[in-house]
Amino acid sequence: MHGLINRALQDFLRDAHGREAWAAIAGAADVDVRGFEAMLTYPDALTEAVLDAASAHLHTPRAMILEDLGTYLVSDPSMEALRRLLRFGGANFMEFLYSLDHLPDRARLAVPDLDLPDLTLTEDGRQSYTLHCRDAWAGFCPILQGILRAMADDYGVLVMLDITGLEGPRTAIRIRLLDMRFARGRDFSLKGAAAP
Amino acid sequence: MNMAGPPVGQGRVIGLSGSALDRLMPMHLWIGASGLVVRAGPTLARMAGDGLCGQPLERVIALRHPARAATLDLMLRLQGTPLKLNLTAAPDMPLKGMVVALPAGSGAFLNLSPGLSLVEAVNRFDLTLQDFAATDLAVELLWLVEAKSAVTTELKRLANRLNGARASAEARAATDTLTNVANRRGLEAMLTRQAASGRPFAVMQVDLDHFKAINDTHGHAAGDALLQEAAAILRGQCRRRDGVGRIGGDEFVLVFDDLVDPRVLHRIGQRLIERLEQPIEVNGQTCRISASIGVALSTGPAPTDPVRLLHEADRALYESKRAGRGRVTIAAPG
Repeated sequence: MHGLINRALQDFLRDAHGREAWAAIAGAADVDVRGFEAMLTYPDALTEAVLDAASAHLHTPRAMILEDLGTYLVSDPSMEALRRLLRFGGANFMEFLYSLDHLPDRARLAVPDLDLPDLTLTEDGRQSYTLHCRDAWAGFCPILQGILRAMADDYGVLVMLDITGLEGPRTAIRIRLLDMRFARGRDFSLKGAAAP
Repeated sequence: MNMAGPPVGQGRVIGLSGSALDRLMPMHLWIGASGLVVRAGPTLARMAGDGLCGQPLERVIALRHPARAATLDLMLRLQGTPLKLNLTAAPDMPLKGMVVALPAGSGAFLNLSPGLSLVEAVNRFDLTLQDFAATDLAVELLWLVEAKSAVTTELKRLANRLNGARASAEARAATDTLTNVANRRGLEAMLTRQAASGRPFAVMQVDLDHFKAINDTHGHAAGDALLQEAAAILRGQCRRRDGVGRIGGDEFVLVFDDLVDPRVLHRIGQRLIERLEQPIEVNGQTCRISASIGVALSTGPAPTDPVRLLHEADRALYESKRAGRGRVTIAAPG
């Protein structure tokens, strides 16, 4: 698993649940408490071990932890760079949804060894869409669900999200748009890129 | 390719509405036959300011290459050439452009792009996603700039952490774990640096007298504690710029930077011996040691080879021991 995903999980556990929680989880998962380097790659088993340990320590199902991680990736101030990169996807939430088809390609432009699963958006009917994740790591869809929820907030849109087929190879997220102008949303301007 | 049949579009012209032009080329300039601006795309208007229409072209843009006034006449001759130019409203921001003639001498049509000024243009004019044509790669380029910046930041952090880890590993590898002064490896590095500095320096070899006896009677733990105490005493008698190392069981070496006066060094040696001869409490027992000292000098101009210098100091130390211990010998400059 790419270090970016491991590092994101580590930062989320530390920021949302405290340093002690992270230290306990890292200890239980047999991971160095200093954790992961974002630019290195680690065996998948380590990620699974951290998730299992986190689930046990926090008494929370894995999927819920992962969904919270997705929300954190967009809404936490320390992750502003990532929120901006996602907002480049479109001027409104619909354009953003359709930009997800290109998410793996975009990610590869910046980080060539970051493999994200293929995503396809289909329109089911009025204001209802399905985002299909093919051959994804089982943890990916819950993270994406959290990201979508937070991005909807970011654009000021009210949505309902459900995951189907979480245990199988054909996982999908159903997206129902309830109100495209629910709230004002957060500001985004092309200028003001995060200073290096 | 099938070349039969009439070539599609040849000899025919299309008309585009202003809004179509705005969507396809938001940074266009349409110049009429009189050389005045007829129409400007919305993004360009944002950058150059309002009131572009009716202005002579050479007042709106300045050619950088060739550096001549952008008259309609000249522009028509530059058809098909990649242009380097800037808006007169933003002279420090180079843009790229391409000009084509309009049919029947009715003027020229110029399309512009920020090129590498993109980030600067976005920041200065607060451009948005809608300010670029959907086919323009500008937004992808901006995305890439931000993604690259995020990745670079992460890589720099990684490099800094690794660098810190390397520095502390190097420091540990050059330090004697018992006494916390330099070990032989650290001392060699110190001497090499000192020789490379070009400044004169002195090497003082200090051998603890009676140490072995204490080690034998009071045990290794007491011996270790004594060595730590002796190292602290030596360290305490040096300046910051001098170095202390332990090269054997009870052998220490001091390096004095820019200090080669034999009388001063002799005095320092005497003071060290006096200080070491004071009773030292180790694990509740009083121990008495002394020290023999040999000093060698590198007075320059060319630095003496550190290995030879250590050898000379060692010979001087042997002199001190032979003459009855507890004394300082300065090697005759070799």
